[in-house]
Amino acid sequence: MIETDKLTKRYGHLTAVDALSIYAEPGQVLGLLGPNGAGKTTAMRMIAGFQAPTAGTARVCGYDVRKEPLKAKRALGYLPEGAPSYGEMTVREFLVFIMRMRGLRSDVGRRRFDEVVGRLELEGALNVSIETLSKGLRRRVGLAQAIVHDPPVLMLDEPTDGLDPNQKHTVRQLIDAMARERTILISTHLLEEVHALCNRVVIIAGGRLRADATPAELEERSRYHGAVSFSAPGSGISQEMLGRLPQVAGIEVDPLDGRVTVFPKPGERILEPVESLLRQQGLEVSEIQLERGRLDEVFRQITLGSETEAHP
Amino acid sequence: MSPVMALMRRELRSYFVTPVAYVFLVIFLVLAGILTFYAGDFYDRGIADLQPFFVMHPWLYLILVPAVSMRLWAEEAKSGTLELLQTLPTSLWQAMLGKFLAAWLFIGLALLLTFPIWITVNYLGSPDNGIIIAGYLGSWLMAGAFLAIGACLSTLTSSQVVAFILTAVVCVLLILAGQPEVLDFFQGALPRKLVNAVAHLSMLRHFEAIARGVLDLRDIFYFVLTIVAWLAAGVLILDLKRSH
Repeated sequence: MIETDKLTKRYGHLTAVDALSIYAEPGQVLGLLGPNGAGKTTAMRMIAGFQAPTAGTARVCGYDVRKEPLKAKRALGYLPEGAPSYGEMTVREFLVFIMRMRGLRSDVGRRRFDEVVGRLELEGALNVSIETLSKGLRRRVGLAQAIVHDPPVLMLDEPTDGLDPNQKHTVRQLIDAMARERTILISTHLLEEVHALCNRVVIIAGGRLRADATPAELEERSRYHGAVSFSAPGSGISQEMLGRLPQVAGIEVDPLDGRVTVFPKPGERILEPVESLLRQQGLEVSEIQLERGRLDEVFRQITLGSETEAHP
Repeated sequence: MSPVMALMRRELRSYFVTPVAYVFLVIFLVLAGILTFYAGDFYDRGIADLQPFFVMHPWLYLILVPAVSMRLWAEEAKSGTLELLQTLPTSLWQAMLGKFLAAWLFIGLALLLTFPIWITVNYLGSPDNGIIIAGYLGSWLMAGAFLAIGACLSTLTSSQVVAFILTAVVCVLLILAGQPEVLDFFQGALPRKLVNAVAHLSMLRHFEAIARGVLDLRDIFYFVLTIVAWLAAGVLILDLKRSH
């Protein structure tokens, strides 16, 4: 498990992370979200022990990173931002080096090595020096390094940054497969990743916690949650009728593609009434959709709102 | 395998997979030869010993040791691997020690490769080989002291050039501290005790005794203490940088 307790980092007058308290337990994939410069990487660096907190602390598997840093580091697998590695080493040398630094016994090490290399499909690159590898492969080497000691807690700073869609898919599958009995904290600014991976989300901005919820809960905060949208050429007449429905709060039409979005009043369900009304009007609807809510909109609302609050 | 050993092996290997090691070894051996035979009057003295060889070592190290030590931490800071290294379960001391030992062994290897000069002097006459062994040991210890200074100063910056220059400046100060000209300069301005203290800091003074074949415990202690102190300072700086 990962726990931060009023974790704070100040650089002179700038507060990069401000009394951040988050918690993640085994089986959870916690997404750390925030705009660039929100303090995600600084927070992770403090949990990993690369930077010392100005105040507060963090615990990895119950080990305080200030009091028992080595035990905390042993329990943690960490992929730093940009997946740094020693370019002149081959993939095999690098992984063996990491295992030795982590004190893995050679019999355990051999088994883990084969498993990790298989999982990340690194067989073909084992004897190639890392600096000649593609970005995607390098990222996979970084991931291999993070999981080679089979850690109960995994922390990945933008694990899919710079990968193509296929590679992203592979990495997400890997994280998914490892999530069951581990605690995983990933930072990202990709909202699609939240849907694909996380079962809880923490949003930070200006170093402070802004939201801590499941992706579904966040979507519910969107004004699009429960809205119905459809494309129907020539639906101009029916808009007025739709507006008269007692459950409907408002209607918007996209000026570009003419897509109509109907917003419900709080707590109302409007898919069926809208559908039946359209049917009555005999309108040809090419496609109709019940919106779950838009994370990007919620993200903007939470992070932009807080910025004005932080710097009045 | 302990982290210190693992790190030391990695560092040593990294010297040899890049041209760094070979360039360094060749330049070291060529310079050692030139300084000994031309600047040191190896033949004209007509004495079968290696004193002209050892006397040049402080000046040789002044250029070459910073070239080895500058990358120790600066390169890791530049490439971002510092974050990887410091989030592995090792203490800063272990990391510092592993890196230092690798560099020290490497310089030791360079020293060992000067053996033809030892063969030459044994062929030409019958030198006291005990003195020569003491000289080699002293030289290696002095190289260690320079290296520790370089390792410490390399933690200050992510620029290898800056690390090189800082180290060379500190080393030249420590070499010159015992020279009469420098001491004369301080004589008037500082109390006598302080001038003596400055003189005792001098690398040359401690090394010259060893190079003459006198393995005084105090001189050995001086070098060991210098190494430990500068490495400790380096660890302290690394730790301070964490809390920044």
